[in-house]
Amino acid sequence: MNIAVLLNMVPDLVEDLELDASGTALDAQWMRYVLSESDEHALEQALLLKDRHGARVTVLALDYGDVDEALYSSLAKGADEAVRLVGIPREGLTKRAIAVAFREALRGMPADLILTGVFAIDDLDGHVAGLLAGLLDLPFVGVTRSVEPVCDDRVVVQKEYPGGLAAEIEVDLPAVIGVLSAPQPPRYVPVARIRETRRTRAVTAHDVSSIEIPPGPAILRLLKPEPAKRAEMLAGSPEDIARQMVAILQERGVLR
Amino acid sequence: MATGHVRGAASAVQVHPALSFDLHEDWRRAFDPCIQCGMCGGVCPLAHAMDHTPRRAIHLAREGLLDKVLQSNTLWLCVSCYTCTARCPTGLKITDVLFPALRDAAITAGLQLPGEFKRALDNTYRYGNSLGEGPRKRLEWTKGAGVPVPVISQVRRRVEVLWLVECYPSYHPRNQVQAQAMARIMHAMGVDFAVLGPEEHCLGDCERLAGEKGLFESLVEYNTSLLDKYEYDILVTGDPHAYNSLTRIYPAITGRSYPIRHYIEFFAGRLDALKPLLTHRIDARVTYHDNCCLGRMCGLYEPPRELLQAIPGITLVEMPFARHNALCCGGGGGGMWLDTVIWQAAGERLSDRRIGHALATGADILAVSCPFETPRFEDSLKSTGHEDTMVVRDILELLDRSMQGGTVA
Amino acid sequence: MNQSGRDVWVYVEHLRGAVAEHTYELLGKGRELAGALGGRLVAIFLGEGVHPLTDTLGAADSVLCVEDAALAGFTPQAHASVLRSLAEQQPPRLLLFGATSMGMDLASLLSTTLRMPLVVNCRDICVEDHRIIATNQMCGGKLLCQAEIADAPAIFTVLPGAFPAAQGKSDHPPAVQRIATPVPLEGLRTRFVRLLEPAAGDVDITKAPVLVAVGRGIQRQDNLALAEELAGLLGGAVCASRPVIDQGWLPVTRQVGKSGMIVKPRFYLALGISGASEHIEGMKGSELVVAINSDPKAPIFEVADYGVVADMFDIIPALLGVLRARKGLAA
Repeated sequence: MNIAVLLNMVPDLVEDLELDASGTALDAQWMRYVLSESDEHALEQALLLKDRHGARVTVLALDYGDVDEALYSSLAKGADEAVRLVGIPREGLTKRAIAVAFREALRGMPADLILTGVFAIDDLDGHVAGLLAGLLDLPFVGVTRSVEPVCDDRVVVQKEYPGGLAAEIEVDLPAVIGVLSAPQPPRYVPVARIRETRRTRAVTAHDVSSIEIPPGPAILRLLKPEPAKRAEMLAGSPEDIARQMVAILQERGVLR
Repeated sequence: MATGHVRGAASAVQVHPALSFDLHEDWRRAFDPCIQCGMCGGVCPLAHAMDHTPRRAIHLAREGLLDKVLQSNTLWLCVSCYTCTARCPTGLKITDVLFPALRDAAITAGLQLPGEFKRALDNTYRYGNSLGEGPRKRLEWTKGAGVPVPVISQVRRRVEVLWLVECYPSYHPRNQVQAQAMARIMHAMGVDFAVLGPEEHCLGDCERLAGEKGLFESLVEYNTSLLDKYEYDILVTGDPHAYNSLTRIYPAITGRSYPIRHYIEFFAGRLDALKPLLTHRIDARVTYHDNCCLGRMCGLYEPPRELLQAIPGITLVEMPFARHNALCCGGGGGGMWLDTVIWQAAGERLSDRRIGHALATGADILAVSCPFETPRFEDSLKSTGHEDTMVVRDILELLDRSMQGGTVA
Repeated sequence: MNQSGRDVWVYVEHLRGAVAEHTYELLGKGRELAGALGGRLVAIFLGEGVHPLTDTLGAADSVLCVEDAALAGFTPQAHASVLRSLAEQQPPRLLLFGATSMGMDLASLLSTTLRMPLVVNCRDICVEDHRIIATNQMCGGKLLCQAEIADAPAIFTVLPGAFPAAQGKSDHPPAVQRIATPVPLEGLRTRFVRLLEPAAGDVDITKAPVLVAVGRGIQRQDNLALAEELAGLLGGAVCASRPVIDQGWLPVTRQVGKSGMIVKPRFYLALGISGASEHIEGMKGSELVVAINSDPKAPIFEVADYGVVADMFDIIPALLGVLRARKGLAA
């Protein structure tokens, strides 16, 4: 089985997010990028399929935000090939455009199973997994917690619902799966192996500049809700406080 | 016991004989001389909870049964207290070589690692600190210091002291107040100091002991080139693990020595200038906990006691198991990231056991000189129901109080 | 413009014989949007044997019900192909989904197959002339993005809890149009097999939307029952800071903190938790934090959105009383 794992770099929330002068984008100067968490799980899911069933795993990622670190560490974890997609700028890149770029990259590449994270923290105009499946007209299931092969051309996935409930769904290959989590946490790869991989392995570059970048929804502005330094204190009798709390919960949609 | 001198150090520090250290030493060959006496397991504070004692782990490894050891809980219960190393009659480097090598083997073999442990290593790799805090926030603590804290890249000249603040004092709320106290003390003494700021990365001692050899190597590369950028007379740190690293490990790997002092040596060496500033009394019985790196490994027992006795009003009392017999707080060598694992295996925290020793003295204050210890011991006081009996204070906080006035508790 | 061109469609999500609560939230908001656009609110219901459930959808002007065995168990392919066909025949102005497991799949697929722009994770949607302005929430709630779609039909996924459900509930049954599937549903490449019940065993607190967290202040194991009842009434689970786990009162799988689980629930109620940084690390991603602690200087108040300085054993019974009354239970 040939598996393609699509990786996306997203803003790292460890540092505070700053808006740029226009107020419609994040200030790239201070931004750090990190591999999207559900993509890490997608990679782990692919590697588990490789470990247990002998698949071949290729990882692909667009060239921005320290992507080499993600690509080399994927190779160090056991991916067979890593491809860096070059030729398009990061600024203003919508999820739709990313899906179009991945579609271009996957042309002529044998992929029975395409795994990627089901969502990312910076999703605005859609989720890459579903958008790509629509563009490729491939069967698609998202929010999976496991993917198991049934035979050469079929897998069975577990799609998660709230409360620990899940649906078992069979999917004919080739297919796109939007991974929420892998059956086990993403494996740790020792730094020594990443460093060795950087010395001994190569990442292939693939030009996707020919794609037409579709426009996304117009961004009017970004807002940073200011977190309060301290809690707003509730006062009154216990009954008053209880009523205030329930009102807050109702307003926030926690209590319906 | 023979003592050694740190290569190139300006002051003679009494260092344990297991000084020469080779990161790439063939660890299996290094343990050939083991006579299986069992001293290591006998003195290890957590051997009772290990599947295999250190002695047996060496035996199994020599017999080609390394897998048995890697699958056991043994490797995750070492807190790098160096007691085995200090007692081994053959001088084997159990703490610095055996356990890191076992952990490295486990990590390389792809064994599932405890979640917190993995996160700490990932954080260090990505952000240069195990807490996962952003580098830009390294100087947040300076806002509450009340005195200027110069950053060396901005002062652009040689300084007397390049202060390696390290990670917990920079980011952990309980330790930030200690860093602030140290800034005030140095300022009051007129010390010409500066800090590294956002460029500072962990020196990697705990990551090395945790078995992440590659991560430690990358930190050594980073830190040696960072320290080369600046000019300073000496390096001072409040972190005993950073001290351990720069005193014993970095020189062994890089062939260079670093003029590193822990604050207890630095201030004790300048007591003439410091003592007149300690104007306010702290009337209290104080007991001091000897931490493993400064104590057992580097023999710095007197300087902290000299500092405490310089504070007017303090009566120093000794705990049972003091000095080279001190019981580790359980935070070293990855212990801070294996808390649940150790607790589940051993049913106790070493810091709880140690707090019992402290309480037995009847002291009001437990004085410490390692950032891990304050939160660990304060937690132990709460768990054992003694938070009203005793408080934990770093020596820095006591010196600061004696200078500024105000209550200690 | 086509007659349907001002309509707002809401995809009705249902599982195991019940309509999802947030569908009513979408209907309530959809009602408002349809009014502003001058169109109708249509609820789209795909499934099998759904008759009784359609009665609850009276907030819509009509319900379009497609019944087929192949739609009974949800698969993105079957539901998306039917929705696509319906939307191609009578293009709506807005198509609303919940930002949920089902909604997320459908919205992205349809955005490409129907060539309709999409904005996900909306906290708010409003109509201004010919423009739809959606407020998307991203980066763990640290960023809001106001995006605009002018003069074009669009799809939105909406965060559960963003709008009140009450506005989408109605007593009178709606007009229902039942049709057979407009597209063939045999030979689909995705097939629903079965539902898997949650494993008997412990709760996964990282997936609970509401967490009632207990700290040392809970004092005794017996008092956990209060926390359990609270969690039940709030639709969540009980978790704890490390000292409570140390006592053995709850399994390690319930531990929140640096040495335990990292959780990001919608609501975190911290009872008797002081807020040591090791604990904060485990729950600082929570959307809404309310803390009750008798110590006004407890660090937890620095991360909480709302705080109460009081003995938790005074507040909990009052809170239980109000919550029980809401559910029509004896106080």
